[in-house]
Amino acid sequence: MDRQQKQSNPDVLVVAAAKEDVRHVIGAKRSLRIALRVAIVLMLFTLAPAQKKSSCIECHSKLEDTRLSAPAKLFDNDIHHARGLSCNDCHGGDPNADTKEGAKDPRKGYLGKPKTLDIPAYCGKCHSDANLMKRFNPSLRVDQEREYYSSVHGKLLKSGEPRVATCISCHSVHGIRAISDPLSSVYPPNVAETCAKCHASADYMRGFPIPNDQFAKYKTSVHAKMLYEKQDLSAPTCNDCHGNHGATPPGLVSVANICGQCHARQAELFQTSPHKAAFDQRQFGECIKCHSNHAIAKPGDQLIGTFQGALCVNCHTTGDKGFVAAGRMRSRIDELIASIDKSTEILNRAERDGMEVSRPKFEMKEATDALTHARVLIHSSSPDEIDKIVAPGLAASAKGYQAGLGALAERSFRRKGLAVSLVFILFLAALVYLKVRQIERRQNESANSA
Amino acid sequence: MRIEALRAWLDERLSISTLAAMAQKKEVPVHRHSIWYYFGGMTLFLFAVQVVTGILLLLYYRPSSETAFESVQFIITEVKFGWLIRSIHSWSANLMILTLFVHMFSVFFLRAYYRPREMTWLSGAFLLFVAICFGFSGYLLPWNKLAFFATKVGTEIAGVIPIVGRPALRFLRGGDDVTGATLTRFFGFHVAVLPATATALITIHVLLVQLHGMSVPPGVADKNVKKMKFVPNFLLRDLIGWILAIGVLAALAALFPWELGEKADAFAPAPAGIKPEWYFLFMFQTLKLIPAKILGFDGEVLGIMAFNVVAVLLFIVPFVDRDPENLRRRLIFNVIGVFALLYIVVMTVYGYVT
Amino acid sequence: MGNNAWDKTTRNPEYPDPQPNTRRRFLDYLLGSSAVATLGAIVYPILRFMSPPQVIESAENSVVAAKLTEIPINSGKIFKFGNKPGILVRTATGEFKAFSAVCTHLECIVQYRADTKQIWCACHNGQYNLGGKNIGGPPPRPLEEYQVNTRGDDVVVTRS
Repeated sequence: MDRQQKQSNPDVLVVAAAKEDVRHVIGAKRSLRIALRVAIVLMLFTLAPAQKKSSCIECHSKLEDTRLSAPAKLFDNDIHHARGLSCNDCHGGDPNADTKEGAKDPRKGYLGKPKTLDIPAYCGKCHSDANLMKRFNPSLRVDQEREYYSSVHGKLLKSGEPRVATCISCHSVHGIRAISDPLSSVYPPNVAETCAKCHASADYMRGFPIPNDQFAKYKTSVHAKMLYEKQDLSAPTCNDCHGNHGATPPGLVSVANICGQCHARQAELFQTSPHKAAFDQRQFGECIKCHSNHAIAKPGDQLIGTFQGALCVNCHTTGDKGFVAAGRMRSRIDELIASIDKSTEILNRAERDGMEVSRPKFEMKEATDALTHARVLIHSSSPDEIDKIVAPGLAASAKGYQAGLGALAERSFRRKGLAVSLVFILFLAALVYLKVRQIERRQNESANSA
Repeated sequence: MRIEALRAWLDERLSISTLAAMAQKKEVPVHRHSIWYYFGGMTLFLFAVQVVTGILLLLYYRPSSETAFESVQFIITEVKFGWLIRSIHSWSANLMILTLFVHMFSVFFLRAYYRPREMTWLSGAFLLFVAICFGFSGYLLPWNKLAFFATKVGTEIAGVIPIVGRPALRFLRGGDDVTGATLTRFFGFHVAVLPATATALITIHVLLVQLHGMSVPPGVADKNVKKMKFVPNFLLRDLIGWILAIGVLAALAALFPWELGEKADAFAPAPAGIKPEWYFLFMFQTLKLIPAKILGFDGEVLGIMAFNVVAVLLFIVPFVDRDPENLRRRLIFNVIGVFALLYIVVMTVYGYVT
Repeated sequence: MGNNAWDKTTRNPEYPDPQPNTRRRFLDYLLGSSAVATLGAIVYPILRFMSPPQVIESAENSVVAAKLTEIPINSGKIFKFGNKPGILVRTATGEFKAFSAVCTHLECIVQYRADTKQIWCACHNGQYNLGGKNIGGPPPRPLEEYQVNTRGDDVVVTRS
């Protein structure tokens, strides 16, 4: 601490004052020694805590301009801070220096604020260095910078366009949190909003040849519903389909591979179906032709068939092979649905009437499973495959229907049984009553005649 | 001839003819309130139905939290006429408590507890509590969601009583929470402890009635009352009632089968609108209406203590209202009785409609 | 007057019977037969109740999932366990394994895939290994494992 600062440091002044007073008041050598020891202890407490000194943070957090003080204040929550890193580890400079010139001395390695075009390399200084990263987290990848340059953002940045996303656009800067932290801008449920910061703004995206409605559309999708409402973190958001560092829309002929990461069966079926070649040839984008890319709604049976409103008739015309197949597939599924509805209705009726039908209701699962399976098989475009699944489904549903009929029959048997027993019971009660009357009449008559 | 020989053989050893003579001598007064005489016998008949159907259910029921629900489901789906036996058991329980209340109120208003019948009243009051314990313990046995929560709430209420509440709760539940241990315990109460107690009390109660004969209400002139022979007149009339009761039970079982519901899940939240059985409803509703704090004391605790006090008062009725000549006291007791009856009815209905 | 208990009970010897014998007898006969019929209608269900039904017990903690001969090596079978489906797998080494067949993601029914030798959920490509552990895709938790024993020709699955 230089002299000027020592004199302005209030703690030192207090201690100095204490020392003066003590010498004046007591004046004994022994008391002075005690006082000195007290003073040393007090001084130790005024020193900064065990962490490394950072004059950057000390000064910047006191500045009035929020643009300059924000980084220092945010850094408390930063994951780099938690790992023991500080400003100089990214920006260079000398954290022990107490003057602005001393701290920001280029000779001490001060780099300053990076230019937008240089940001990936700036972060990559550490994050692309495997030897360095393994000291902190050996399982972290170290190819983000390389991946980034394969993305649309990276390619545009390389060509000199500064208005694209760089590391700090998504991960923020100075207050970077771990991905698993719910407050992180890249925590899965927060990812879409982070991307939307740029992509949903028509103003910002002016000049780029892509639409701005992706986030709005995504929010209506079934994936968003699972992610936001049901908190299912396995539901996809922007980066699951587009990649995160290598963010690029999937090629039109590889869409099925992307969706197939989760919807493996549907992708598998599609890729062996006649639609794959037909869609790829016409650049339809495979899955998204029918299901859309961002506003993916829960699919319904109305998408399939030969009626107005079905997707099939957008391409297929009356009489062609596809048209016939679509009609067949839809009608088989409708048949199964009708059968399941009928069986469920009769079982519910039996249950409402007080019959115990939990086992047949459980066994109806076989039929509803077959229905789900049949709907998935649509992606094969093969009515024969669907027939193979629908037939046992219909059988299971018919079994449920029979069980429902049985339950209703049992119910009516019980009522008939009740009616018959009540006749006997009432008849018996009436006879006993007649007997009582007979007995009493006799008793009265005899009593009267006696 | 053979029947005569058999009768003589039994008579020599069991004095049947003395019993038969006693039965022949028993008479029942006939007056405008005689109809109430049937309710005691009806309660006893319904109890007998419970014993028979209960023993039958015991052939298939399994009293453990893993198997109880499934065993009841088994009874009502697989066992022949299982649905009938089970529904009759559940309906008859309710009917028995209803007739028990009618019997109790009729005895109260007709002053059948005056001397020398005080102990008949006492044994009857004990039987009331035994019957309610039967209902409470039996309700849990199917181990469904409704019963689980009803038991939880019911034992919770018992736990609120000062000093003895907590140990009582732990005794009832077999622990701190309602678990399989509670089920085992309730089963033990329901099929062993309570039946033994009930048998002893019923025997005392019925023997005392035979000893003292049927009482005649104070309002009816004692000397001019006609008498009806118990055997065969009154007994056959009783029989008509019992036969009709069988018909009612059969109809209820077939037309309004008793629900099974869903298996109890200790970790699921309580279903909405949970209510105890109707005979607890007036107390439940009262507790709901009591304000949280009364004069600094916890409202719920005061309510429960009040019910306990009323229960004690019930026992000492024949020792307070002793004198048939004390018309003023009789009037007060009539008013109290009417109030109690109205309170129970109104609170029960109120509990149902909300 | 007959010398039987019924007559002695329902008729008092002090009071002679003014009614013709036949009418009284008819009523008694009707009463007797309908009493017997009603008693029969009560006793019959009780007797049927007491005789054991076809399915003799409701044991839902353990089921016979399959017969030994019907599960080939490296295959799986769905069976009913209480109210929920279970899956019985015979591994490539011949060992039997049994799990709950309800996928821990969105409750679809899983299946055994002989090609990957894993348990797979067709709905969203969830994967479980033969220990029931969720090793791929969306499922957040492992499948509940059951105990398997063979008893003669039966493969018995038990849950604790």
